[in-house]
Formats: sequence, structure tokens, C-alpha cells
Amino acid sequence: MQINIAKKSQAKEQDVTDEGIYRERRSILKKMGFVGASALLAGPAQADLFDIFSNKEETKFKVEPLKFKADKQTGTIKLTPEEKATHHNNFYEFGTKKSDPAENAQNFKVNPWQLRVEGAVDKPLTLDYDDLLKSLPLEERITRLRCVEAWSMVIPWIGFPLAALLNKAGVGSKGKFVKFTTLKSPTQMPGQANRFKGGGIDYPYVEGLRIDEAMHPLTMLAVGMYGKTLPPQNGAPIRLVVPWKYGFKWIKSIVKIELTERQPINSWNQLLPNEYGFYANVNPEVDHPRWSQASERLITSGGLLSRNRIPTLPFNGYGEEVAGMYKGLDLRKNF
Amino acid sequence: MTTIRTTINKPLLTMPRKILLFKAFVHISALWIVIDLYYKAINDLLGSDPVKEVIHSTGIGGLNLLLITLAVSPLAKKFKLGWLMRSRRLLGLYAFFYACLHLTSYAAFELQWDLSLLGSEIIKRPYITVGMVVFSLLLMLAVTSPDYCKRKLGKRWQKLHNYNYLIILLVPTHFYWSVKSDVIEPMIYFLMAFVMLYFRRDKFKQIWRKPVDLKR
Repeated sequence: MQINIAKKSQAKEQDVTDEGIYRERRSILKKMGFVGASALLAGPAQADLFDIFSNKEETKFKVEPLKFKADKQTGTIKLTPEEKATHHNNFYEFGTKKSDPAENAQNFKVNPWQLRVEGAVDKPLTLDYDDLLKSLPLEERITRLRCVEAWSMVIPWIGFPLAALLNKAGVGSKGKFVKFTTLKSPTQMPGQANRFKGGGIDYPYVEGLRIDEAMHPLTMLAVGMYGKTLPPQNGAPIRLVVPWKYGFKWIKSIVKIELTERQPINSWNQLLPNEYGFYANVNPEVDHPRWSQASERLITSGGLLSRNRIPTLPFNGYGEEVAGMYKGLDLRKNF
Repeated sequence: MTTIRTTINKPLLTMPRKILLFKAFVHISALWIVIDLYYKAINDLLGSDPVKEVIHSTGIGGLNLLLITLAVSPLAKKFKLGWLMRSRRLLGLYAFFYACLHLTSYAAFELQWDLSLLGSEIIKRPYITVGMVVFSLLLMLAVTSPDYCKRKLGKRWQKLHNYNYLIILLVPTHFYWSVKSDVIEPMIYFLMAFVMLYFRRDKFKQIWRKPVDLKR
């Protein structure tokens, strides 16, 4: 009788195949089972047949704990579960489906990073990854993200006021607007490499604010959420949070902040100018051409039967703080 | 019908058995998908936004079923599958069933029975208007689907059910109009709809050549 005792140096079965392929093989089998059972009727809602061919690794992006001043409302407000906030994202750079960014962004590189602050500033700045997390004191703010698609999430953001950064660079009198630009990296962002995957947006994604909006104390740059650094699908390493504006203004993975004299053309406005404006203030009175903005569904824990429709508030509830900036402006025209 | 004959040459799968088996398969898969979907949605196992997922899945499911229904007659003709032809109505009725779930889920879970909002959305939003037109047409076809109606309506039945060819173009329109800018999937459905219509090109030629008979 021959007894085989594997030596330490001897290759195990899974060592022969590259581990990535080995794992992928399993996921292919899993997907095939799923596709076989329900592709005919269920449609592509959950699984794409073509997923089989995409090379996805099952590694997860590592987020790190942050030190920050906690929001006073902690514990008194019901938050959207972190799992939901990190798996329901509009970040077309990683695909147009809500589940795409969480799937496709896990290998996104955020370190090294460079954020440049330039244009009509006294002293242009360049911040690297550590600067983003350490050069300004971090605070937590629990804010409801109201998407233009009429859903919302309550998320504890961690960051610093944009004004603090702009003041460091020195805001002269020439800058009337602030233009923000997302990273362009088609090798990492499949939506930028393929026009169809990216929903037709002309990349890189651009957003803009008026200078008074940018300097408003409510406007913040977030580097974290739920106590940790941002995962890539939520805009790592740094994104904008403008609580009284629709989510598409909250630009993600920013590489450039530029003070300009002219109003920048923001990406969604460029793509569909009659549906998305420059201001994009949350406004229950002004409907999107294709759906009502009068109410929203608040995504929290709870399934299909949870009664989660709530009325939408003017300026997302921050009217007292920000309405003054728009005196004399026709908000119906400037939607 | 109930007499049992045992002839050696008789194939195991007779026509009625084939129909029975196929119908059983349709019932089980169409219902299983629905049960699975709603079970997961109710128990919050369906991603971040189960409401959206349920509405989307029932809509796409209904559209897929419509396409399958329209694929039946070309397939049955080409491969001489009588049993398939005779299961077509069931497939069509399931398409209608999915459309009912889609509309009910939109009213119940998206709008949460805000009926005034439902009313104003139907009027104000073109894509929802189109959806409601499709639903009314499907309802009309479903109601007139029993054999009794088919006999009663005679030639008019076929004319009425030709509305399917309009429906299969309106549903992708409804889908296309509802998305933000991710239009590939709706475009693929348009393409599939045109393929189904292409199979019937001879029929359309006939319809167009004939002067419209108003007395019918």
C-alpha cells in the first residue's frame, strides 16, 4: 500500500491554478446556476450573464477608522444601515446600476492621491492622501442625502468645512464660482472607458457651486462615513457634501477644486439640460420633468412593507440657513 | 379521452402530455420567481432598495414574458411544435400577471397608496401614461383570452389581439423613458421587439395592402 504524504513544498491543487482564476471559476459556476434557473423570466435585475466574463476579484477595499468630533445628534436619529449606504450608489464611473459601484470599485487606488486647489486663489495648494485626513480637524455631521431620483439616506459624514480649505488657499475677489473635478482614470473606472457603461456622461465628472454656496458653513468635504474613511463607491478619498442640494451635486473622488470667474457647466446639466440644472436645490415645488419631487422614499432598514415615504422639505430642511442666498432668484427657472 | 390504450409504437410524450408538462414548467417557474422576489423583498434581503428592485424585476419579467409569448408562433411554425402553440395563452396571461404586479407594486410600495399622486403622475409623466396605456391594452387582451370570447368575436378576435404588436413597442418605450441615461438595456429590448415583428413581416404586408374594413 502506498501512502501519500504531501510535502510542504508540494503544490496543493489550488496552488496550481492562479488563485484569482480558481476563485473566479467558483463564481462562474455560481452564476451559471443562477442564470440557468431564472434568466428566462427574471431579467437582468440581479445577475448579468455577462458578469461571467468580467474579471472581478473578490477583494474588498480597506477602510480605516478616523478620529473626529462626533455629531451631537448621534443616537437620536435613525441612520440608514451602512450596508445599504455602501451598496446603493450612483457613481456612473463604475457602472450605471446602483449595485455596480460596490462591485466594480473595490480595487480603486486612493493612496497616493493628489487634490489640487487652484485658479483664482492666493496660494494654490496640493494635498496628498495624508493631508486630506490630517491637515484639518475632522468633525461628524449626520445629513440626509436627497437624491434627485426621489430617494434619500441618512448618513453620518466625516470631514471638514470646504471654507476651511478655501481659506487656507486664500479666496480673492476674482473667484465667483468653484469648479470641482473627479479623477479621470479609465483603467480603474469602466464607465469612463466605455461610453455605454458610463451612461453617456462626458468624463471627467464636473460640478460647481457659487462662491457663497461653497463658503457656506454647511458645505463640507467628506473623507469618511460611519466612523471610517470613505469606501470607493461612496467617493473615496474625498467628496463634496452640500446638504441642501440634490445628490448629483455631491461630487465624488475629487482631484481638482478650482476658483473660476465663470459659472462652470456641471456634467448632468451638460447631458440633460432640461432635467438637471446648475443649482439643483432640493425643492418639493419644482418637479423633475419625469417624476414628482414633492416626496421621497427614505431608505432605512426595513423591507418592502416599511412605510418610508416622507414629504420632501424645501432646501432639504435647511431653508433657515440657506434660503437667504437665493433671494430674488427664480428657483423655478434656476432649478 | 379517458380510455387507456397500450400500443407499443405510441411515443411516451403525447401531445397532451407535452402541453401539460410545459404548462407545469411555466406555472412553476413564473410563480417561483414571484414568490422568491416578494419573500426576499419583504424580509429586506433584496439590496438597499427592495421597492425599486421589485418594481424593476416585475416590469422586466413581464416584458421578457411578452417577448417569449411573441416568439411562440414563429418557433412553433418553424419546428412544428403544436404543444408550444397551445401553451401560448398561458404565457401571455403570465405577462399580464407580471404587469399587474408591476403596477400594484408601484402604487403600493413606491407611492404607498397616495392615489392623488398616482393620478397626477399618470397624467403628467409621459412614461407612466404609456405604461397605463399598455396595462389597459393587456387587460383587454387578457379578458378576451378565453375560448368562449374567441368564438364569439370570430375574426375580430385576431384583429384585437394584433394589439400585441403595438404593446411590444410601447413597453420598451416606457422603459427607455423611465431611465436616467443608461439606455443600453432598453435599446436591447427595442431590438428584440423588432426581431419579433420582423418574423411577422408578411402579415403586416397583408394588413397594409388590404383596405381597412370598417364594417367589421
